[in-house]
Amino acid sequence: MSHQETTTKGIGAAPKDAKSYDAMPDGAMPDGAMPDGAMPKVLIGLEIHCQMTNLNSKLFCTCKADYRKMKPNQNICPICAGLPGTLPLLNKEAVRKGVMIAMALKCAIPDRISFFRKNYFYPDLPKNFQITQVNMHGDVSIGGRGKIAIDDGKKIRIRRIQLEEDPGRMIYEGASAKNTITLVDYNRAGIPLVEIVTEPDFESPRQVRLFLQRLSYMIENLEVGNPSLEGAMRADANVSLAGSNRVEIKNINSFHDLEKAVIFEIARQKAQYSRGLDIKQETRHWDANRKITIAARRKEEDMDYLYLPEADIPWIDIDPDTLNALKEKMPESISEKKARYMQKYRIPEQVADVLSSDKMYSDLFEAAHTDSNAKELANIITTDLMGIACTLLQQQTEEKEGGKDQNGGDDSGVDGDENSKPPPITPANLQRLADAVTLGKMARNSARQALYEMVKTKKSFEAITADTETGKISDASELDDIIKQVIAEEAGAARQAVSNPNTINYLVGKVMQKTKGRADPQITMAILKKWIQKLK
Amino acid sequence: MTTIRVSALEYIQKVSDGEFTVEEFTSETLGRIKNTEPKLHAFLHIDDEQRIIRRAKEIDRKIKLGQKVGKCMGMPIAIKDNICIKGMATTCGSKMLEKFIPPYDATAVSRLNAKDAAIIAKTNMDEFAMGLTTEFSAFGPSRNPWNTDYVPGGSSGGSAVATAAFECVASLGSDTGGSVRNPASFCSVVGYKPTYGLVSRYGLVSYANSIEQIGPIARTVSDVAFLLNVIAGYDSNDGTTINNTDAAADYLDGIDDGIEGLRVGIIQEMTNGNGIDSQVTRAAKHAIRDMERAGAACEEVSLGMIKYSVPSYYTITAAEAESNLARYDNLRYGYDLSLEGYEFNSYVKEARSRFGPEVARRMILGGYVSAAGHSGRYYLKAQKVQSKLTREVTEAFGTYDILISPTVPIPPFKIGEKIDDPVELFMVDLNTVTANMTGKPAISVPYAMSDDALPIGIQMMADRLNDKLLLKAARTLEKQRPPLAEVRI
Repeated sequence: MSHQETTTKGIGAAPKDAKSYDAMPDGAMPDGAMPDGAMPKVLIGLEIHCQMTNLNSKLFCTCKADYRKMKPNQNICPICAGLPGTLPLLNKEAVRKGVMIAMALKCAIPDRISFFRKNYFYPDLPKNFQITQVNMHGDVSIGGRGKIAIDDGKKIRIRRIQLEEDPGRMIYEGASAKNTITLVDYNRAGIPLVEIVTEPDFESPRQVRLFLQRLSYMIENLEVGNPSLEGAMRADANVSLAGSNRVEIKNINSFHDLEKAVIFEIARQKAQYSRGLDIKQETRHWDANRKITIAARRKEEDMDYLYLPEADIPWIDIDPDTLNALKEKMPESISEKKARYMQKYRIPEQVADVLSSDKMYSDLFEAAHTDSNAKELANIITTDLMGIACTLLQQQTEEKEGGKDQNGGDDSGVDGDENSKPPPITPANLQRLADAVTLGKMARNSARQALYEMVKTKKSFEAITADTETGKISDASELDDIIKQVIAEEAGAARQAVSNPNTINYLVGKVMQKTKGRADPQITMAILKKWIQKLK
Repeated sequence: MTTIRVSALEYIQKVSDGEFTVEEFTSETLGRIKNTEPKLHAFLHIDDEQRIIRRAKEIDRKIKLGQKVGKCMGMPIAIKDNICIKGMATTCGSKMLEKFIPPYDATAVSRLNAKDAAIIAKTNMDEFAMGLTTEFSAFGPSRNPWNTDYVPGGSSGGSAVATAAFECVASLGSDTGGSVRNPASFCSVVGYKPTYGLVSRYGLVSYANSIEQIGPIARTVSDVAFLLNVIAGYDSNDGTTINNTDAAADYLDGIDDGIEGLRVGIIQEMTNGNGIDSQVTRAAKHAIRDMERAGAACEEVSLGMIKYSVPSYYTITAAEAESNLARYDNLRYGYDLSLEGYEFNSYVKEARSRFGPEVARRMILGGYVSAAGHSGRYYLKAQKVQSKLTREVTEAFGTYDILISPTVPIPPFKIGEKIDDPVELFMVDLNTVTANMTGKPAISVPYAMSDDALPIGIQMMADRLNDKLLLKAARTLEKQRPPLAEVRI
């Protein structure tokens, strides 16, 4: 486990903001001084800690797994507070979920698993040891030797998956160096975690980002946890240049920062290498303020963990029956889902990709689709609904903050601290909308408008369509008048349309503007073409 | 002064028959405690006297009205101070937990309470159960009721003393390497170490959690079986309790049936070997003759791994102690020590300076033997010894139903006599650690007196989950042995 550290100060001068390297191609030197060919390969490995936030209780007691929004030290009991005489009580559901993660990551799953104690002193550990899993005498952790493909076809090998308990949370108060008060909140102590350790297979920060995105979609899809909750998914990275020493980076609080830290560290190591300087094997901390990595204090590095078997938890058999039952319970994977969307509903690949990757929206799709509306529904969700929901959320947040100047609002990655949100619209309302569009009763533009209103006001489809005139104009004579008007107003464009067919789209747009999107696009197009033909 | 000199089963009979009331018995016990405690120091904490009497009266009232009363019928019981009782101090004989009051009951305690046992006191012990004389209690040693210059054994010394001296009807101890059987042997009472997993450890403060068990101490084998009936069985709060034992197992059932044809192996290394006192060997020989007279077929058996059992036992228990006791950093509970002027590490160091010498010794040892650099040489080797020893003993149970030996290689010794020589002290554990290392049940039955009029006990061991057979064999020896002397205190 990594620990939150107070900011270490006064070591070296802050180099250029790592952010400015973002735009550079993978593996490029920040200062461009070194020809790429002379630089050894970059190797990156990850250790990801993911809270199983969807479980009801902690890993070894019946306290709640959902500790957020609670007052400090309210979510504790004699077991997770480590009182003398208490024994851990294994949450069997956590084991089942762990097996499912191992399956999804194509890991080998052992016949039986055991737990170990990792002994070290730290105030956030109520027992001064953490119950975890290690593979010491044969495979005993919940899974190992797996792999996961990331989007560019690259495969990342998984070394090991283990179940373990989260430590408590330390809160530092009194910022002066001489008078720091450390408070400990044990609400988090004992929250079930899966630790996923990869082989050093990543060659670029981009691959790291793709992997983490994929992993968090997977965790969500398996209904194990909600990686978007603050601190629900945390990662340490180790970075090295092939043939040189390995550097571990800890204290990274968001995936956004993880990528920055890795970029910085690669640049730092390459700079060392190009000057012929040794790269020390060490642990470095990410300083989120200055956006640099800083060598950890020696003492921390030398921490000698003492491992002992956890005799209070007997070996747990994972028998073939359990495995088969879990296999059947495995939800469709994201790639399977994407393939189904493409094959069954002829949804274009890009749309299918976006839709299948997002659990909430794909669930909404599943609930609202019919064989006939599926393709249209997928379009509505990915091009309209996602954008509308995002815009409205942003507006709400801004309203809440009352225009206060908020710094650091750029962390809108997968680990942004927005809480798990309910779907912006009910499946029934969404279905009625998609049906209306599919059956040609409503134009896409009016549909978009109606959708916006539905999301914003939470009113039903019927209520919205009754409120506003969103009925489609498909009456040719009514449209004819409007189109004549448009051609008169846009004489130049109309003439241009004679030679350049693309300009017709501009004119269609004008008609739509006039009708507030209610014009039937096909009929409009037909009439427009007729008029332009006459202009020839 | 005669009514309280009864066994637990006699107590139940006499209360049921109206020979005495619970209140009469309880008052007399409290009077006895006042009289003997200054000489013995069996208890660290005695519950409020008025509360004890009130509870006794309540049970009397229920009996009188013919209402349902739990089968312990208000019998006064004492509990070792490393077993948690809600609202009652649980110090583990340590200054470290001087002010710790658990907010919950151990499972064994709640099961006793559910059967209307009356827990009246917490008993003295070696600090965190590390020791075999009770001299390592941070609150001063207990004394042997047969001769108060002598140690009562340990670490459950207080429980054995209180039971032997009629300060309670029976008691609970914990047995990590002999901590129930050793003091039972030294004080002439019966001490039982159940099969690992038979009795819940929930609420027992861990020392070496992979091998220890709560065990009853009483004045007869049947009493021990009776208490086992109350406390044994699966507990969802302890993942190591055995789930497939017969829930209705009655350890008293058939206990007097005799052992005709029982195959008994006499463990050479524990009976005739190096360092076994000749008086102890003689007592064992007599006990074997008693068993043969009852119909057992006895023969000597040599178990070659026994000689490695004590070093591996100390290696494993030290490593587990280091881990189990790491939580005592005084941050969440403990004693009064201001945080002012410390950072985390220096505070923990200061807080932990309250550990006594034996605890400190074993924790330092534990950190060393299991550290990454050494574990191959020590901890892992000790684990190998443990699995070889288990295999050897289990194989022996293919030939024998029961393995017999003295409980302790030597008779009780004087307070202060061995405390400065930890290695010599360690060897006193020779006969008891094997049952813990292998998870097998074992019992100590009072048998004879040494030349100095101090008790010598006989140990019997059975295979895993053969607890019933073991109790039957022990009951047979109890019936066959020559009459025991009465404690004079």
